Amino acid sequence: MMMRMVFQRLGIGIVTLFVVSVIVFLITSILPGDVAQIILGQSATPDTLAALRAELGMDQPGYVRYFSWLGNMVTGDLGISKAGGATISSLIDSRIWNTLMMAGLVSLISIPISITLGLWAAMHPGTRLDRIVTFGTLSTISVPEFFISTVMVLIFAVKLKWLPATLYLSGDESWLELLKAMAMPLITLVIVVSAQMIRMTRAGILNVMSAPYIEMAILKGVPRKRIILRHALYNAFGPIVNVIALNLAYLVSGVVIVETIFSYPGLAKLMIDGVQTRDLPLVQACAMIFCGVYVVLILLADIASILSNPRLRHPK
Amino acid sequence: MSEVVSKEDEVLAKLDAFAELPDTPPKRKLKLSWVGKLASLVVIFWLVIIVIGPSIAPHHEMDMDGDDSFMVAHDNEYGSFYLGTDHLGRDTLSRLLYGARNTIGIALLATLLAYSMGITLGILAAVKGGWIDMVISRINDAILALPSIMLGLIVIAALGSSVPILIGLAGVIYATSVFRIARALAQDIMVQDFVEAAHARGERIWWIIRSEVLPNAMMPLATDFGLRLVFVVLFISSLSFLGLGIQPPASDWGSMVRENLAGLSGGIDLAGNIITSYAAIWPAMAIASFTIAINLIVDDISAKSGGSLAKKMI
Repeated sequence: MMMRMVFQRLGIGIVTLFVVSVIVFLITSILPGDVAQIILGQSATPDTLAALRAELGMDQPGYVRYFSWLGNMVTGDLGISKAGGATISSLIDSRIWNTLMMAGLVSLISIPISITLGLWAAMHPGTRLDRIVTFGTLSTISVPEFFISTVMVLIFAVKLKWLPATLYLSGDESWLELLKAMAMPLITLVIVVSAQMIRMTRAGILNVMSAPYIEMAILKGVPRKRIILRHALYNAFGPIVNVIALNLAYLVSGVVIVETIFSYPGLAKLMIDGVQTRDLPLVQACAMIFCGVYVVLILLADIASILSNPRLRHPK
Repeated sequence: MSEVVSKEDEVLAKLDAFAELPDTPPKRKLKLSWVGKLASLVVIFWLVIIVIGPSIAPHHEMDMDGDDSFMVAHDNEYGSFYLGTDHLGRDTLSRLLYGARNTIGIALLATLLAYSMGITLGILAAVKGGWIDMVISRINDAILALPSIMLGLIVIAALGSSVPILIGLAGVIYATSVFRIARALAQDIMVQDFVEAAHARGERIWWIIRSEVLPNAMMPLATDFGLRLVFVVLFISSLSFLGLGIQPPASDWGSMVRENLAGLSGGIDLAGNIITSYAAIWPAMAIASFTIAINLIVDDISAKSGGSLAKKMI
């Protein structure tokens, strides 16, 4: 029964990926805004336009182009970038590890911090420290990522001069230099992602705390700490795992801003450059990678909550 | 004659007695804590600036009147520069005042668009059900499967960026979440007794939507409007910050931060020394004050409508 539900979710995930690819392709190919026209710009004549369209395969019907595009993408042939003419796979290959390293480090730091703080705030609701945490996280999630980055630059790079404001990675830095270079984008992302997670962990625990069996435990005089650690935490585990996965998915949008402001050579920076030069094949490839990761993380969140909550395993 | 009047009085008195009955719903009173009141003042302040900002601004948003770029506050023959100048020597204060219109105004329009689309389609899906509901909901799920910033980037890569495209884009993206809420609310309301009673006495579907569904869905939707507005402001200003939103030379808080980042370590004071220019900090503060204030108000309202035994006891 449980395995069947997990497989069912996997099936839904694959369908979602397929739909996402259709949307990405539709927006970039069918909407007005002719790629051939954009490439040629002023020098477009009807002849050169037709020739370039044929070269790009744009004279074929939409569904043929879609399936050849999808086929190429699945086999790893992402096409050739409009700017510079390098293959997109080589461009992405040089960037994606930077982004993955950043995402990995952010998760390693922010998950333990968020769960501890969230739990701690839920254990002492209404105290001054809880209010500080609640107000701080609410403020953090309601300001744009670039606000936090700007303030970080002001404090750590301009006023204290501890860290560089922008980083130029040459690839042969020592670990310490690399860490110093990555510190500011890292701290910014940790703040942004943790704020969400702390709030949701706290809300998850408090939500469980209003369940009848917790009321029962309160009434029979179990100490507060024990109620949270023994009763509430286990039942809030599903929602918390869910929150973690959702927030790592939230990294996808945070990373776009943070990589741009600190000129970190990651995948998101590559994509923004692609959008600015309207390099559609590059944008399509990057978007598919980001959306794919997003869909997979949400799928994992779904499966984790099924596995951790017996009630979800037996839907009525 | 007098008899008639007394009868009317009697009826009125009876009606008054009805109002006194204990099961009439209490009138909604919106009481905010002092934090909420302060936050409302901030929001009202910015809304006023949207209207009067350009007329009280000391300079035009595009006039490069300042003595130098990233200069601290100074005076010259064109007037005073209370917050200094930006990277092109334009008055930061004036650009802040003009920018409110672009940043908040466009976000408001986009949110209104998202709301009209989301509510119309949501209620339509809930009321009609069947294949209409099926089709709209699946399309909605498909859009929700993409992170909003990604969807924005793809559309802008394909279409370029202009104010109508930004409004439409943010409207469609955020209509998806409004649709989900509106549909869920309407579905809840449609199975209530008073709607069935209306059906039974032969009211038309349009009348039911207008007089039963909408009034009951209004309060939750209104609270959600604030949160949605914050998301739209963050979305549009993030795009502007990336240089993909509102295009220069129009002033907008997101692009003002990006343009003036270099000033953080490259400002000039009156004696010509290098200092920190706060031209990037002011617009960032402006966005933060607006979005935090709205979130505080929403938080305050939802904290008032809740509370359980466990929360009070622990």
